[in-house]
Amino acid sequence: MKKNNLKAWLYLLPAILFLGAFMVYPLIDVFVYSFEEGYNSAAQTSFGVGAYNYRYVLHDPYFLQAVKNTFILVIITVPLSTGISLLIALGLSSIKPLRNLFQTVYFLPYVTNTLAVGLVFMILFKKTDYTDGMINLLIQTFGGKSVDFIEGPYWAKMFVLSFYTIWIVMPFKILILTSALASVNEEYYKAARVDGTSKSRIFFKITLPMISPMIFYLVITGFIGAFKAYSDAVALFGTNLNAAGMNTIVGYIYDMLYGNSGGYPSYASAAAIILFSIVLTITVINLMISRKSLRS
Amino acid sequence: MKVVLKELTKRFANRTKGQPDVIAVNHFNIELPDGKLIGLLGPSGCGKSTALNLISGLEIPTEGQVFFEEDDVTKLPAEHRGVGLVFQNYALYPHLTVRQNIAFPLGNLKGDQKLPKEEVERRVEEAARLVQIDQLMDRKPSEMSGGQQQRVAIARALVKQPKILLLDEPLSNLDARLRLQTREELRRIQRETGITTVFVTHDQEEAMSISDLIIVMKEGVIQQVDEPQKVYTDPVNLFVAKFLGTPEINVFRGTVRNGQLFLGEESVLDVPGVEDREVYVGIRPEGFILSETGRFTMDLKRVEEMGRDTSVIAAHPAAEKPTVRAIISSENEVDRTKETVKFDIKPFRTYLFDIETEERIPFGG
Repeated sequence: MKKNNLKAWLYLLPAILFLGAFMVYPLIDVFVYSFEEGYNSAAQTSFGVGAYNYRYVLHDPYFLQAVKNTFILVIITVPLSTGISLLIALGLSSIKPLRNLFQTVYFLPYVTNTLAVGLVFMILFKKTDYTDGMINLLIQTFGGKSVDFIEGPYWAKMFVLSFYTIWIVMPFKILILTSALASVNEEYYKAARVDGTSKSRIFFKITLPMISPMIFYLVITGFIGAFKAYSDAVALFGTNLNAAGMNTIVGYIYDMLYGNSGGYPSYASAAAIILFSIVLTITVINLMISRKSLRS
Repeated sequence: MKVVLKELTKRFANRTKGQPDVIAVNHFNIELPDGKLIGLLGPSGCGKSTALNLISGLEIPTEGQVFFEEDDVTKLPAEHRGVGLVFQNYALYPHLTVRQNIAFPLGNLKGDQKLPKEEVERRVEEAARLVQIDQLMDRKPSEMSGGQQQRVAIARALVKQPKILLLDEPLSNLDARLRLQTREELRRIQRETGITTVFVTHDQEEAMSISDLIIVMKEGVIQQVDEPQKVYTDPVNLFVAKFLGTPEINVFRGTVRNGQLFLGEESVLDVPGVEDREVYVGIRPEGFILSETGRFTMDLKRVEEMGRDTSVIAAHPAAEKPTVRAIISSENEVDRTKETVKFDIKPFRTYLFDIETEERIPFGG
């Protein structure tokens, strides 16, 4: 037994070394920085230890704006993207001809570069001196007034960002849900049919419970992913997100690290720890709900 | 309820392009009598399950009609036929408890058919008691044995009080001991409910032991419809004779000359009324009588004592297989020192079949 244990540790050693050096150590380090006031990474000095960084960050209007943006984004995009993906997956699994073609088409956004897609969205939504953008042209043909989605009102910008985020996360969800639907044994449906079960009852009483582990998985990873949103906002609104009022928590951390020549690593660390605790809390709640409903 | 199948046919397009269609069920004409337990028997891939699905409405026939009593239900979809169906792997909803599973079909009733809660409860309890799982109502299917799951599946099929109960290979997922027990259960449940029941099986013993009526199928075609014992003692063709009975029937190639059956050079049996011809001869293992003066001589290979019975394993050049098995009472002493063994054969356990058509040739005597 003892010998086997030793062997096991030996096998685990490479992974432990790398994980320790590149994950655990930085995490602890960030935690330490977040309590060191005015930490300077070049000089490795700080003024003192305390909760000052947290106090500063939590009172920083930019941070509060970023938190607000992130929460709105999460609340809008996670349910919507999962719901729409489920509808599309259901549609895909109920059609026979051209199913593979549609599956490929729906998967394309997943393999497309975020910034390239951002460019396309700019063309669709951005107002320039020459054109109001495709979407505005569309709105105008229906008699509406054109809206500046990129530099205009907050709700318009949030709409574009949510739209974009939903669009970019959907392919993966559709993929997972189509395979989840395909893995439900055909016999359950046959049994339900013989018993005269209506379509909606089949969906809510059989299909949905059967694929619920996958849905929970998508919701949990969706929450985590949406809390870490950053590149989507950059793709749409450029790097100066604070000016656009569209910063996210990760964006704020990034700005704090690299902004203003050298940046403020202490503030960045504090913000990162706050984000970490938010994500952790939400994930734990999610897991608790999913465990409970999967058991019953 | 009586079920009548008229010229019922189901064709499937062949998977390999250019090949002819597969005819899973070929011109079925049969009447399934009310209140009987009917075994649909045949080797794997002979179209038994398709036939069952045609009755349930899960498959739509290419030709022909299905009648429930006098009503033509051919075009009626499965959900309106009111049949109970038990699947081979039970198809119990894994996320629901036994109680919820059994109650599921009742939850589908709408409008005036909708049952009050107490009535649902009562019916569920009743169905559960009938199959003797009323102690396990709050378990999930995954917490039950195969036999228990089977019972739940039957209860779920029975709870809506169907006019006909269909079971697809109901015992094939159970181990040997449980299978014996469950098939008795099946018989009991059918007797108690009096519901017309059709079950599909490839196991002839299963079909023989509990059915009132056996339908033997081969490649989509009905071979014989009869009472179990009749199918065994009076097979219509070589296929049926071979398919029923364990150990299998012994098949020889023989010749009929002057009303006598010759196996090799020996005349082994008088077969009056049969013209001179080549024939297949089927002799059931129990159709041999050990006799010093027997007319049928075979090479003795070995003797297997099995308590009540003794198996004599012999060989004969005219036999289809390298060994011939004769089962005789163990009161008979076989002289193992001899190279040969002599038998007389029982005419009522011996069958003649045409070489070409493999149809039975009757003989008097």
